[in-house]
Amino acid sequence: MQTEALLHAPEAATQPTLVVDRLKAYYTTKAFGIDRDIRAVDDISLTVAKGEIYGVAGESSSGKTSLIKTIVGAIRPPLHVVDGTVRFNFSGQSYDIYDMKPDKLQAIRWRHLSYIMQGSMNVLNPVRRIKHSFYDFAFAHMGLDRATFWDKVRDHLRRLDLDPGVLDSYPHQLSGGMRQRTTIALATVCTPEFIVADEPTTALDVIVQRDVLAMLRDIQRDLGSSFLFVTHDMSVHATVSDRVGIVYAGRLVEEADTPTLFRGARHPYTQHLVASLPKIGDTTRRASLPGRPPSLADPPSGCRFHPRCPLAMDICSREVPTMTNLTPRHRVACFAVTGATP
Amino acid sequence: MSLILDIDHVSKTFLQGGLLSRRSVEAVKDISLQIEAERPEILSVVGESGSGKSTLAAMVLGQQLPTRGRVMFDGIDVASIRSSAARRAFMAKVQPVLQNPFEAFNPLKRVDRYLFATAANFMMAKGKPSRQEIEERVDRALVEVGLTLAEVRGRFPHELSGGQLQRTAIARALIPDPRLLVADEPVSMVDASLRMSIVNLFGALRDRLGLSIIYITHDLATAYYISDRIIIMKKGEVVERGNARAVLDNPQHPYSIDLKNAVLTPDFA
Repeated sequence: MQTEALLHAPEAATQPTLVVDRLKAYYTTKAFGIDRDIRAVDDISLTVAKGEIYGVAGESSSGKTSLIKTIVGAIRPPLHVVDGTVRFNFSGQSYDIYDMKPDKLQAIRWRHLSYIMQGSMNVLNPVRRIKHSFYDFAFAHMGLDRATFWDKVRDHLRRLDLDPGVLDSYPHQLSGGMRQRTTIALATVCTPEFIVADEPTTALDVIVQRDVLAMLRDIQRDLGSSFLFVTHDMSVHATVSDRVGIVYAGRLVEEADTPTLFRGARHPYTQHLVASLPKIGDTTRRASLPGRPPSLADPPSGCRFHPRCPLAMDICSREVPTMTNLTPRHRVACFAVTGATP
Repeated sequence: MSLILDIDHVSKTFLQGGLLSRRSVEAVKDISLQIEAERPEILSVVGESGSGKSTLAAMVLGQQLPTRGRVMFDGIDVASIRSSAARRAFMAKVQPVLQNPFEAFNPLKRVDRYLFATAANFMMAKGKPSRQEIEERVDRALVEVGLTLAEVRGRFPHELSGGQLQRTAIARALIPDPRLLVADEPVSMVDASLRMSIVNLFGALRDRLGLSIIYITHDLATAYYISDRIIIMKKGEVVERGNARAVLDNPQHPYSIDLKNAVLTPDFA
């Protein structure tokens, strides 16, 4: 399964599908006249090539979900974009998410850009049959007459090994795995070019998880879509992602091709994440990281990882390390790796 | 050889539906399982969703009574417990740890109140305890899990991280000096970097306090890492059992093999 990730490495695409440039998005709250910023996304730059699966990893409350909500333009106050741009390229057309009219954004959503939400087993309306959800989400974007639309939906379900009979079911009549696969079918029915998946397998048991991941890979192969795949489970990244970015306290700290990241991680946090994975057939003791994840309202100065870092130096508490390329496809933000010159 | 827990040919059937459309679902079918008093161990119960893992746990905790068979704890039939004093004595020996610490604690209630209430409740058997005795007992339990009362006092659940909150839940379970913990998916809601700290804590509690732990999970990798024995369940039946390392290194039953193959291995050899 691991070699698969290598085989499907994307060809050098000319135009990346997604370019995120120095993106900052904060939750700003005003209470008793005091403004507080929660820096959930702080200065993140990344690109996703056409046909690539880009994984985002990090612990809970590290800002993973805020990052992707900002990327797809699904944010509401108090979360707002402070700086930076998010640019998509769909079929030769360039779209800046935060510099376009809402109706145009509405037009590219679902058609070009779709989103498999966290806990998406629970996003289906419990009192309506599944077919209504399909109609509400997808009909307006497909531009087809009803008969062709339903034919297309049924074909799509069959291709994903789902019985078209699920359309007439209520969500509670399906098992967790079926519901998850139905929401994935719903998110991919318009053959979008870019799919964001937020923890799509977290609540599922191992066998269902394997099937869902295989299904996502098949879709990606068939449609040639790009994926932004978010999960805290590193073993899922090892299986599906082509490239992984590690987020710690709202900042990207390391990014590399999946095999490079698992074999030769350089940032101490990534090294810890990789080393702490238990494996069947290996009983050596796994250490756990001391301390707790920092609060994003009052993050540590300098490198946000320095209070828990085994390699922390003087400079780490004063200066913020920038992402530096070690090789063209391996970036890391750590003074211990890149030398202490900011 | 005395047994701390003796599950003897236990089955549980649930009835579903109304008078005319009644169906029965066998959640647990004829399971036997023993844990020895002298040999504390971590016993993993593994299986897919709906395999009856949680029903088995509920019967060990006395929350569900078996339809057939007996659950004996320390020589007492769990089904025969009637009086509240007997129930309290039983619950002092068997304590649960729940799946999601954020759901287990009321978000509007300070976490330490749960700890004090548990301590007061179980110390009542020996006469009304003083405030100081209660706090000492709570602090001792928190130190066992690597926290102190000073860190937890007056905090609301949202002020603690997921890992700290799950440790607090384990500390609460340790207050009455139990012999057995029943942990139902204790790490599935805790993220990967904190998962190992909870799992290592279970190992330390077994070695230090001589506590047996029934560890219910679908995460085979942590089960392999920490447990002594394992049972693999499918549709209410035990399909394979034995030494955890031996079973997972070389599974025999087709379902166990399938389960092992479904585990995503993170290495790039």
